[in-house]
Amino acid sequence: MKARLILEDGQVFEGTRFGAPNDVITEIIFTTGSTGYVELLTDPSCAGQGVVMASPVVGNYGVFSDQAESARVWPDAFIVRSLTRVENDERNASDLDEYLKANGVAGISGVDTRLLTLTIREKGTMRGMITGDFDTPPETFLERIRAFNYVSKVPVVSTDKKMIITKDDPVFKDRRAGSPLESINSRADGTGLRIALMDYGVKYNIIRMLVGRGCEVITYPWDTPAEDVLADDPDGIVLSNGPGDPKACEPAIRQMRHFYDSGIPIFGICLGHQLLALGMGADTYKLKYGHRGANHSVKDLELGRCFVTSQNHSFCVDEKSVDPDVAHVSHINLNDHSVEGLIYEGKDIFTVQFHPEGSPGPMDTEFLFDRFINTVRRRGN
Amino acid sequence: MPRRNDIRKVMVIGSGPIIIGQAAEFDYAGTQACRTLKAEGYEVVLVNSNPATIMTDSNMADKVYLEPLNIDVIKNIMLDEKVDSLLATLGGQTGLNFAMELSESGFLDDNCITMLGTSVQGIKMGEDREEFRNAMERIHEPCVASGIATNIREAAKLAESIGYPVIIRPAFTLGGSGGGIVSDIEELTDIAEKGIALSRVHQVLVEKCISGWKEIEFEAVRDAAGNAITVCSMENVDPVGIHTGDSIVVAPALTLTDIEYQKLRTAALKIVTELKIEGGCNVQFAQHPTTEEYAVIEVNPRLSRSSALASKATGYPIAKIATKIAIGYTLDEIPNQVTGTTSACFEPAVDYVVTKIPKWPFDKFVKAKRRLGTQMKATGEVMAISNTFESSLMKAVRSLELNIYGLDVPVIKALSTDELLQKIVKVDDMRLFALAEVLRRGVPTDKVYELTMVDKFFLGKILNIVSAEEELKVSELNEELLQRVVKLGFIDSYISRLSGVSDEMIRERRKSLGLCYTYKMVDTCAGEYSAVTPYFYSTNDTTNEAVRTDRKKVLVIGSGPIRIGQGIEFDYCSVHSVWALREMGYEAIIANNNPETVSTDFDTSDRLYFEPLTQDDVRAIIENEKPDGVICQFGGQTAIKLIKAVSEMGVRILGTSADMVDAAEDRKRFDAILEDSGIRRPQGATVFTESEALETARALTYPVLIRPSYVLGGQGMVIAYNDNDVIEYMEIINLQIQEHPILIDKYLMGVELEVDAVSDGEDVLIPGIMEHLERAGVHSGDSISIFPAYISDKIREKIVDYTRKLALGLKVIGLLNIQFILFNDEVYVIEVNPRSSRTVPYISKVTGIPIVSVATKVMLGAKLSDFKYGTGLYARYPAVYAIKAPVFSFEKLHDVDTYLGPEMKSTGEVLGLSVKYSEAMYKAILASNFKFPVRGDGILLTVRDSDKYDLVPLADKLHSLGFELYATGGTANYLNKHGIPTNATRKLDEQAPNVATLISSGKVKLLVNTATRGRQPERDGFRLRRKCIEIGIPTITSLDTLLAVTDCLAGGMQPADVKPCELKTFEKIVDTTRSNHLPLNEMPGHNPMLKK
Repeated sequence: MKARLILEDGQVFEGTRFGAPNDVITEIIFTTGSTGYVELLTDPSCAGQGVVMASPVVGNYGVFSDQAESARVWPDAFIVRSLTRVENDERNASDLDEYLKANGVAGISGVDTRLLTLTIREKGTMRGMITGDFDTPPETFLERIRAFNYVSKVPVVSTDKKMIITKDDPVFKDRRAGSPLESINSRADGTGLRIALMDYGVKYNIIRMLVGRGCEVITYPWDTPAEDVLADDPDGIVLSNGPGDPKACEPAIRQMRHFYDSGIPIFGICLGHQLLALGMGADTYKLKYGHRGANHSVKDLELGRCFVTSQNHSFCVDEKSVDPDVAHVSHINLNDHSVEGLIYEGKDIFTVQFHPEGSPGPMDTEFLFDRFINTVRRRGN
Repeated sequence: MPRRNDIRKVMVIGSGPIIIGQAAEFDYAGTQACRTLKAEGYEVVLVNSNPATIMTDSNMADKVYLEPLNIDVIKNIMLDEKVDSLLATLGGQTGLNFAMELSESGFLDDNCITMLGTSVQGIKMGEDREEFRNAMERIHEPCVASGIATNIREAAKLAESIGYPVIIRPAFTLGGSGGGIVSDIEELTDIAEKGIALSRVHQVLVEKCISGWKEIEFEAVRDAAGNAITVCSMENVDPVGIHTGDSIVVAPALTLTDIEYQKLRTAALKIVTELKIEGGCNVQFAQHPTTEEYAVIEVNPRLSRSSALASKATGYPIAKIATKIAIGYTLDEIPNQVTGTTSACFEPAVDYVVTKIPKWPFDKFVKAKRRLGTQMKATGEVMAISNTFESSLMKAVRSLELNIYGLDVPVIKALSTDELLQKIVKVDDMRLFALAEVLRRGVPTDKVYELTMVDKFFLGKILNIVSAEEELKVSELNEELLQRVVKLGFIDSYISRLSGVSDEMIRERRKSLGLCYTYKMVDTCAGEYSAVTPYFYSTNDTTNEAVRTDRKKVLVIGSGPIRIGQGIEFDYCSVHSVWALREMGYEAIIANNNPETVSTDFDTSDRLYFEPLTQDDVRAIIENEKPDGVICQFGGQTAIKLIKAVSEMGVRILGTSADMVDAAEDRKRFDAILEDSGIRRPQGATVFTESEALETARALTYPVLIRPSYVLGGQGMVIAYNDNDVIEYMEIINLQIQEHPILIDKYLMGVELEVDAVSDGEDVLIPGIMEHLERAGVHSGDSISIFPAYISDKIREKIVDYTRKLALGLKVIGLLNIQFILFNDEVYVIEVNPRSSRTVPYISKVTGIPIVSVATKVMLGAKLSDFKYGTGLYARYPAVYAIKAPVFSFEKLHDVDTYLGPEMKSTGEVLGLSVKYSEAMYKAILASNFKFPVRGDGILLTVRDSDKYDLVPLADKLHSLGFELYATGGTANYLNKHGIPTNATRKLDEQAPNVATLISSGKVKLLVNTATRGRQPERDGFRLRRKCIEIGIPTITSLDTLLAVTDCLAGGMQPADVKPCELKTFEKIVDTTRSNHLPLNEMPGHNPMLKK
């Protein structure tokens, strides 16, 4: 069945439908990573977006349930050049098309995804609509598309109740934490550190990184008051990744000062990094078309070393807005020199914009989890 | 870290001649390295024996030494030049082995020479099997169960403990020479013996056989500060078991989950970190198809064929970056030149699929075993880019120039399903087509997967193509179907063949549907950043990124994959043409599909189209660019065979017209031109059928030369001595449909002379005349070629006169190459090629005339009088000798006869330069990796009756030089009768101890065997030659060659005595002495055997 992708600037791309047959209006973004479409689709940071794969052949190895980074698929739409069907797989993988159907996500294939990527690169992230309606002229949809307003998905993707996770939980068995490039200490030595994980849309692999290092992890709904979290006496706090504009998470931002003042070591990732910066008075801005993919190099200014990272974000901390008495930039993006990490002065707090947990993407900075655990442990001693 | 200031003068070691396993990729790498070093202000000294390379152009380095790659020669150059550093990781395994030897012997330390890039320790850790395994154990990376053996007994013991089948791999060899999978003690004994003999360190690795696992490669780059990235992942469509150089490879890896991908990537980075790589490194893995288990197969701690592919597949210039790292820069200090704005410290993202297919020499070596395994057999490769796997594969297939445009192949269809099922398991060069055919016949994908372990992803896509092919055959070609097949990568002529609708009709309908060819850019970043480097591939989308500029532009058609008969020389010519065009202010556009070459480097041309070179593909480029002219003269047969079609596309052909190219090939038209000019050629005629052939041959009297018209590299050319030879030949040649007639000529046993010339339509410039050492009948590409030719003034004038007449007669504008035979003081023309030739790079270098540049300018209207080189013969008898020797890859190709004849067999060439004939000859033969026997060694002589008389003085000389002579029956009797003490040995088919026993004993260090005529490889001589090749004994198959070698042995020269000669110095001597009429220095040796 044919389908159209109509962009807010009036451009129309034609393709073939797959996945769920519903019409949808969403924010269109692109990613350049070539592996890990299941991880990407289940990344809560992708909630409320239409994801374009710049990589042209998708679905090649099918879908395995244990690749999921959360309990469901989050994007509104999935846009690809060429879709591979999988049947009778020797590893019993299921088919991507079926998977999206089952999860109610609209897909469109046969699209000139490079042109789409270049369009977004030049014009910035855009709203767009996927529709099977070929009777209505595309321009009649434009008003509706332009009227579409992105609302924060953090409340949707976050856990609705506090949960305690231990390494016995099968979802979090350590599949990823393979072999860190520079492992500072070995993981899983059973020290039983308690980590409070603020869930703004956390990926399972962040939990795996912590559980795999012997931590007991308690996840909290995104807007849990800091005092409730601190009352559980955590040894460390992790501020998770999550979707969209950090400024839309006002209730969460309000907690940041309390976490900061608690003296407990904090590790922020992606949205968590932005929220803490906002909470401490810095500002964020929207990048023209975001950083999404598995190939972005950041320079660790402390180590003087560069690392390839996994990235998935539209917003960024404004370097000029960071109070030098509060924090300094620890990592920069080698391509556009944007802020990729902050170290807070006089505190056991560091946050990064990229994803040290990879999944999808490289794990070259997995050692940051070791660094965090060490910090937590050192403070406990 | 900034650029190193503690070094000033860098030595770069090239990779030498093209051989199987080491092809043009090192010209690309070496050229990038030299240019980078020069741009950084270092003085560069280059040594490489291969004259056909861009890197040995005299302006590529401050000092270029076209000298034998021999340890003593290299040492002398390093000392003479007082270099302070050595860059050795860009010259392939050859360059690396020399560097290791220089280091291990203490030479580098003794002379305070710094090794740049990865340290000797790191290289050793990567290369030495045991050290590597220890390193992998240290970092907990799994290797394949294996052990090292230095003799058969150890190998057998290891195989027992690991369990058969096992793979035998010799240590320190190229392309896996001498390796193989063995399943019992007998096979092991055979393969291990060869492997141990071939290994530089006499070691073989005995390894658990993991056939069927996915073979994945990562190309990693690391700097001295420890920053490490992977440039590209590559997946072999053929699972482990087929050498990666012989596998169809895709990039990026397409069937790995993110978990698998990241595990392998992380492992690759851990490995380059452990080896402390400073530069590029290739890491090969085996990934279990269904479990998470993987194993590290091996690493190459240097630039490699795979790194060239990764570079071209991503646009990331690995050789350049590796060079910058070697001189001190860190990755984050190096800009990404493709985007111009981002950093080189990143991992390229690709938004297309790259497919590489090897180019095998089996179309030339029809009797060679086509079976593929752990020993590489391909001579080159093609790369295709597209945005689906299907169209990428279809493009790659077309690029092979097999006249196959899809997966529907008649010769494969002729096989029974049982035969096909055999063929997909016992892999050969046609496996892809066999896979397609079994799927076409309805064999379930599951079964094909079980048999071959080729991932179902690939099988599914192949089935997509096959289904579309079948649909085209039976369905009406409606809009939907046309759209679908075009997007799957079917070109008009292929759709036409399958559907029965004419090409023109399809083209028209396609265009009316808006289904055009548009081009997308390779930008290293999948569109994330805007890029400035124009490097394109075709798609069928609506927008075009290769927007035509309004500059004056010329399209140069490249030469496609490296193959026997069409080597790197033609890439050299294409690149020089592009450079000349750029110099003249034209926008220079190149179309080519060879990932190994300089022509496809991102900054060689103004625009690069990475495309197949078929009519349809080229037409699409021409329609997009509307160039002011197209050049078909430089890309070998690939380009010249397109000239007629291109000219019919209504675009201007620059240079000699299509019509005149046809006149040179068409027997009747050409004879008329010869007659008009009063030039003789050996008598002959054209025929189509066997009876015509026999009739003609008998009328001419045997021996006769038979060949098809329109070929390159002497494909299918033989000397027939009797009716049977003619019958056998016609049977083989008629296996393929012949559009063009067969040529039969009287064979004259004289001296071959060759010229390359430039004509502007009024006059000609002949840089020099070359003479072939071997008598006519040995293909010019396989014979030793001597410049300048030692001929009388009268003959020389005749050659010049004939060249001028032929150039004018054929209205040549640009290049032409002519081969003459000098027989009984008479000059005959045997072949005229109105295009560039194999000898152009060599003769350009030794005369100092930039032939291709002059030709390109002439094609655009310049006159020869505009240049300083004059007209007529430029270098008459300069006081120098430049001798080109062929190089073969026989040890890689089982069942190929090493006997040299009219069919070309060499894969590469080397040059020997000197002011003395004897030294030039010695250098050339030394550079060709010929192992000279030493006094006391045995030489086995077995020659055909007609050669026995001429053998006597040669054998006499060898005996007097202290060699022990052995010969079989007839030859031994003959020599002994003439008073030359010769040990007789029994023939191969006689009872042992016989000649085989003798060879195995190790006493024999040289075989001289002139073949009894005929092509039946079952013959004794063939088996004898093969046996010698397989255990590394050099073989000479012509007495002319033996004469040259004997003279070298008599001269007693040693590598350390060789006087290195810098190329510019050489050019200077040529310049000052080029008008000499007779040799003022040492004269060439006289060959009384040839009737000059």
